[in-house]
Amino acid sequence: MSSVRVLVGTRKGAFILSSDGKRKDWQVSGPHFAGWEIYHMKGSPVDPNRIYVSQTSGWFGQLIQRSDDGGKTWQQPGLQPGEGMPAFPNKAPNRFLYDTSAETGAPLTTHQWYDGTQHPWEFKRVWHIEPSLVEANTVYAGVEDAALFRSTDGGESWQELSGLRGHGTGPNWQPGAGGMGLHTIILDPTNPDRIYIAISAAGAFRTDNGGKSWKPINKGLVSNFMPDPNAEVGHCVHHVAMHPSKPDTLFMQKHWDVMRTDDAGDNWREVSGNLPTDFGFVIDVHAHQPETIYVVPIKSDSEHFPIDGKLQVYRSRSGGNEWEALTKGLPQSNCYVDVLRDAMAVDRLDDCGIYFGTTGGHVFVSPNGGDTWEPIVNDLPAVLSVEVQTLP
Amino acid sequence: MTDKDETAIAQVRVQLPYHLRNLAKIDGEVSLAVPGPVTVRAVLDALESRYPMLAGTIRDHGTLQRRPFLRFFACAEDISLVSPDNPLPDAVVQGREPLLIIGAIAGG
Repeated sequence: MSSVRVLVGTRKGAFILSSDGKRKDWQVSGPHFAGWEIYHMKGSPVDPNRIYVSQTSGWFGQLIQRSDDGGKTWQQPGLQPGEGMPAFPNKAPNRFLYDTSAETGAPLTTHQWYDGTQHPWEFKRVWHIEPSLVEANTVYAGVEDAALFRSTDGGESWQELSGLRGHGTGPNWQPGAGGMGLHTIILDPTNPDRIYIAISAAGAFRTDNGGKSWKPINKGLVSNFMPDPNAEVGHCVHHVAMHPSKPDTLFMQKHWDVMRTDDAGDNWREVSGNLPTDFGFVIDVHAHQPETIYVVPIKSDSEHFPIDGKLQVYRSRSGGNEWEALTKGLPQSNCYVDVLRDAMAVDRLDDCGIYFGTTGGHVFVSPNGGDTWEPIVNDLPAVLSVEVQTLP
Repeated sequence: MTDKDETAIAQVRVQLPYHLRNLAKIDGEVSLAVPGPVTVRAVLDALESRYPMLAGTIRDHGTLQRRPFLRFFACAEDISLVSPDNPLPDAVVQGREPLLIIGAIAGG
């Protein structure tokens, strides 16, 4: 019988929630890396027992952890106690250095700061980890300040794909309220050279040559807080999702507006429809129904919690525009939590399971595509990210 | 060891904050063999060589600058802002006092 393993990153550690395919009884493992911020953890599609973790701290900086046994044990890739290393090593699993070489055509520039001045690029943390679809040792990392890194040795060392940051619009990118993070990485399952990424607040970008060069894909996005609401870059994209069977169709939760594209990002159109508010962070797609999508409406960018204290997931079975509220099992009074951008995931069981975590420490599961919900846990630290692995 | 025998190997005691002890799987203090002259930089080089998982956690990988929320103390003196190449006090060099690496009490 199939089972699921839910990987939960929180403000104070990582947790692993496991269940059989019924998704009724759960075992909770953790906290792993207690006291550290776990921005994201994700398993390799090639080797599900390989899990990559972004572990970070305002005091101690960035670490990368890896498990090769499904989360039972962890190591910083390539490092063992007692093995001497030079003070300035050639490689290290937590060394994310921006590419400054002229040879790659992407010398380090500056980006726009909150006050409109230019500001140097400074590495702060890894927001999102995306393991390769075909190779367990290859993994991508989206970082703050926004850039994309890749490792081809299981996380032992990282190299920037500097064509993204250096393609020309970088000086116009600016941090959102949470920082200038590259938070979304989507690998096209049908085209290994195509990758989508998204940055707050720069927008969405696509490469069609494996990361050498990139183009902004923001046509159709409208951000009224910008001097030019239709600008090529500067949009505060919160999250993007894709169904693997329709890789040219993307769904986006923007700062305001829910959007979709059917031409790989060349043109976007709004599909907020009858949502009570189209502000929010998460968006995801049903595992078997590529036109069934989910969002969690948040009241506004000034009040980051559900309307009237009622936590509601909204589902559209038509790829947007027509939405229905899903409330059964979710708190419908006095609930003032947020659901952050990487905190929703779907499993691939026959009856698709939907999962999301809140800043109040809940992780909810719906084992039936959103019809009903149950809490798996209620009192974790604030949840930063949720991923799920469907295991044979 | 004194200023007169700068090249000798000193046994330096280092106290690390809780999270870094956990990361390196260390209980209590660390005792490190540090070639002279014994400075903060030399101690951190020896520490990261023995515990490579700590590289990048105390000082930045790229710049080797101390992380803003960490401080260095020796003999009840805050030496965070002096050059990492300054000699450490004799009491630290001789192992009578530890070098303290302390996480700032910050965050509200």
